[in-house]
Amino acid sequence: MLIEFKGVEKIYKVGEVEVPALRGIDLQIEANEYLAIMGPSGSGKSTLMNIIGCLDSPTKGSYVFAGQEVANLTDDELAQIRNRKIGFVFQTFNLLPRATALHNVELPLVYSGIPASERRRKAAEALESVGLGDRINHRPNELSGGQRQRVALARALVNHPSIILADEPTGNLDSKTGAEIMEIFKTLHQKGNTIVLVTHEEYIAQCSQRRLRLLDGRVQDDTNSGEIP
Amino acid sequence: MNLREIGEGIRMAVGSLRMHKVRAILTTLGIIIGVMTVITIISLIQGLNRAVSKQIAGLGANVFYVQKYPWFAGEEWFEYRNRKNLSIEDAQAIAELCPSVENVAPVLYSGKVIKFKDRSTERVDIRATTPSHQDVSNTTVERGRFFTQTELNHRRQVCIIGQTIVKGLFPDEAPLGDHIRIGGRKFLVVGIQEKKGSMFGQDMDAVAIIPITTFQKLFGTRRSVSIMVEAKPKLFEMAKDEVTSLMRRRRHIPPKEKNDFAINTQDTIMNVYKSLTSIAFLVMIGVSSISLLVGGIGIMNIMLVSVTERTREIGIRKAIGAGRKDILFQFLIEALILSGIGGIIGIGLGGGAGKLVSALTPLKAVIPLWSIILGLGFSSAVGLIFGIWPAAKAAKLNPIVALRYE
Repeated sequence: MLIEFKGVEKIYKVGEVEVPALRGIDLQIEANEYLAIMGPSGSGKSTLMNIIGCLDSPTKGSYVFAGQEVANLTDDELAQIRNRKIGFVFQTFNLLPRATALHNVELPLVYSGIPASERRRKAAEALESVGLGDRINHRPNELSGGQRQRVALARALVNHPSIILADEPTGNLDSKTGAEIMEIFKTLHQKGNTIVLVTHEEYIAQCSQRRLRLLDGRVQDDTNSGEIP
Repeated sequence: MNLREIGEGIRMAVGSLRMHKVRAILTTLGIIIGVMTVITIISLIQGLNRAVSKQIAGLGANVFYVQKYPWFAGEEWFEYRNRKNLSIEDAQAIAELCPSVENVAPVLYSGKVIKFKDRSTERVDIRATTPSHQDVSNTTVERGRFFTQTELNHRRQVCIIGQTIVKGLFPDEAPLGDHIRIGGRKFLVVGIQEKKGSMFGQDMDAVAIIPITTFQKLFGTRRSVSIMVEAKPKLFEMAKDEVTSLMRRRRHIPPKEKNDFAINTQDTIMNVYKSLTSIAFLVMIGVSSISLLVGGIGIMNIMLVSVTERTREIGIRKAIGAGRKDILFQFLIEALILSGIGGIIGIGLGGGAGKLVSALTPLKAVIPLWSIILGLGFSSAVGLIFGIWPAAKAAKLNPIVALRYE
């Protein structure tokens, strides 16, 4: 068991008002699953994603990640888990605009304290694996949207994380480029990676093995087709 | 903090400063001015110190002055007016009774106009003394001779004149053997003093030396005599003590009363000089701390802007595993580099200002290494102190909020 949620609740305080975002989630994700989280806006999918990604902690309930209870960890302990165990891919790519592709991919290794020469080698390898071996010294503004998302993917992969979390990874891409990115996710899954995808597009969700639908902070539906279509 | 964070911090800082070169320079202006002030003033004071110590040493290292008034008396001067004058006899007593004293010369100082035929000088220094003045003050006669003990005893109207007076009164003839008028009285020129140059901006060659007895005969005995005392080698303090107790006896001062005369030494000048430069130092500290404060606030301001501008970047860094400390150090390093650059520019400009003063005036600026270290230290400290708050603000950002920031 890679991930286990038991009665996870998340309540945001907006001034004096308490806004519940998650109202009791029980969820288990095995290693090498390919899961899509779906739901309309306000359903709590981003909150769920943030908690899975250790960017946020639950208000109530327990979240065990790779055998470790993370609900009560400090900011810096969460940062370490994010660094070593989780690879993020965002809708808006979130690359450092002034840094080269190589430096962007190196960044997680910087924070895990890996020496410079090894960092460079690993980052170059990761860029190679997403087909950007010839673009390592380009800055994000010299790259196309698809290429930027590949850099982001390389950055997510470079530390060999336990799970890759992607939040609307094709949201800012045209459908052809989006399909190429989804193809990479498929390959990654086949290589044994665990992937959790947040999307509101049905055809993207169809790429996954298992689909989790949220509504008003609760799991509405959890279908596991067991295999990749 | 470890090396990887420093490396990443420097990389980030340099990148961000490159983006905003003009902003960076403007931000560090306060620090530049502060450090420049420190370096300029220290270099000038150091230069001045050297020049002054050299001139003070020129007064004669082993000489002190017994006088009615202390040097730089200021307000208390009025209290000292009623003191009994010092006399030539006091000088004779010192010479006879103080074993640690090498040489004694009583001197009367005055200012008088000197005339020769139709030419005349401004008021110049008249020094009325005895032949021993030559030894005590290291005066050498270049041509002719000093006046003799006999001339002193007989109150002869003879004089030795300095080079400036020679130039002023005798442009093309030899002055030796001529009669000049000092304060309207006729004097025979018997010697020309060797060139002395200037001290504290005063021309030491605009001087005439005459016998002290002659001076008293012609111009009166109301003035108090200054007694120049040269101590035997290494017996300076001893000589001072002997002279003090002798003078107290001669002036009948009861044991617990204060001296009613002054012993003036080079240290007296040095102390006054030091108190003057310490005022300059205080002004420097004032000016530079204000500009460093302004510079620090500038840095804090620009770092806050920088943190806000890069909220998203901070979010990204945190999402991929940067801890609070990582972000804190990265922004601190940026502040430090910013202020450090200001410090370096300030040191450069301050050094330049010192060089400029050296080139335009006789004052030679000296930039000691410690002032450079001081300048760098101050600017770095300012960067650190004023960078902490913005950096802490960055470090505390919630990654989710930061990532959503547009």
